[in-house]
Amino acid sequence: MIRIIYIFISIFIFSLSGTYASSEHESANSHEEKFDASSMIRHHIGDSHEWHVFDLGGESYAIPLPIILISDGQLEIFLSSNFVGGHHGPKTYGSYVLDHEKISSTGKVVYDFSITKNVASMFLAVILLLIVMFSVKAGYKANRGKAPKGIQSFFEPVIVYLRDEVAIPNLGHNYAKYMPFLLTIFFFILFNNMLGLIPTGANASGSVYFTIILALITAVVVNFSGKATYWKHIFMPPGVPLWLYPMIVPIEMLGIFTKPFALTIRLFANITAGHIIILSLFSFIFVFNSFAVAVPVAIFATLMTFMELFVAFLQAFIFTMLAALFIGTAVEEHHEEHH
Amino acid sequence: MIQEFVSQGLGLLFWNSITFLAVLLILAKFAWKPIMGSIKERENTIADALNAADKAKADIANLQAENEKMLEVARQEREKIVREAQAVANNLVAEAKEKATQESNRLIESAKVIINNEKHAAILEVKNHAAVLSVEIAEMLVRRSLNNDGSQTQLVQEYINEAKMN
Repeated sequence: MIRIIYIFISIFIFSLSGTYASSEHESANSHEEKFDASSMIRHHIGDSHEWHVFDLGGESYAIPLPIILISDGQLEIFLSSNFVGGHHGPKTYGSYVLDHEKISSTGKVVYDFSITKNVASMFLAVILLLIVMFSVKAGYKANRGKAPKGIQSFFEPVIVYLRDEVAIPNLGHNYAKYMPFLLTIFFFILFNNMLGLIPTGANASGSVYFTIILALITAVVVNFSGKATYWKHIFMPPGVPLWLYPMIVPIEMLGIFTKPFALTIRLFANITAGHIIILSLFSFIFVFNSFAVAVPVAIFATLMTFMELFVAFLQAFIFTMLAALFIGTAVEEHHEEHH
Repeated sequence: MIQEFVSQGLGLLFWNSITFLAVLLILAKFAWKPIMGSIKERENTIADALNAADKAKADIANLQAENEKMLEVARQEREKIVREAQAVANNLVAEAKEKATQESNRLIESAKVIINNEKHAAILEVKNHAAVLSVEIAEMLVRRSLNNDGSQTQLVQEYINEAKMN
């Protein structure tokens, strides 16, 4: 439901900003630099080689991030601040050209392993995650056998909920083996979602590359823990007449790939849509260039941020829930007896 | 197209996979394992404590039931003893009454005998006295009428005889 609302609002706002952008195009050069909502939004939800913080007096203030390149087998590491050039146009450093967040070099094959803004944000989330979870663990050591205290009492209900409502119903007696994976994926997504909500923050969990990896790892876990029953269901579906096999088996096989695809798109689209809505709301202020617009925008943006906070939990939970469900169907045994 | 797509996000793809797997391993070994273990341990402790409390409650209930039963038995015992004691006491009283009646009857009997004896003795004595008195009277009479004719003597004789016959 929330997703449908998101999609409608984003389509509406995108169409607004699109018409604005096109009208701006016609009257180009009349003003020196006019606000372009759609490029601003695209810039904010996309990845970047530097951590842009704010603009002041035409100057862009950004935290430089390490650029790691493998060009023609050579490893090159330098800071993004080395790139020099115009504000919007391509920037250069040596033979490398940074244009629209893409690094190329004439005559060389460049693989870009840079610590981009999303990677840096993800590292930050991981550091936070490790600090938090290690202090939770320390709590268990300190209050052994006693009621939880402090940060421990905040995370314990979440952990117990994931165990009792996600892992055990889906995985049954196998749950203990997959608990570390489910807990890690839940908190990893949650912390990245939360960091994405902080202004000037990155959009790591709203990046399709981020969600692809998580979905692929989940798919690996699912298929590698698949028992005979799971594979039999795919290649020899029980209760299906033989002449239907040419139709059913490819569909079942496709299911192996559609599951991680659905996981990828769901998380990516939900987080990105939320960011687009908030950015679009703020764009109104600059589009109309008026304080009167700023008041309702601030109210709506606050409401949206609360909704985003909820979605941050919800999507982390849904991803974990579906991962548990997929693993559950893969490790299930003796299924035919119930038919 | 795929190559273009992948090369766009190569950095994030690469670092994210490495980081996620590293975090998974680190947390699994150093955080999730002890955390889940501790939660489980505490839950077991709580479950055990609750079970023990339930058992203690059941024990107490049993004990109470037993006590009640014992009390009931004791009460019945007491009633029985009281009843028996009352019966014994009643018997004793009845026996005592019986004995007393017998004793009094016996006393009355013996008193009657004694009274009879006394009466006979008294009568005898009266008779003797009467005889003596009569003799004395006769003596006096005789002395007076020694010179009297024999008819008077005869009369005295008659009286004495009459007295003897009594």
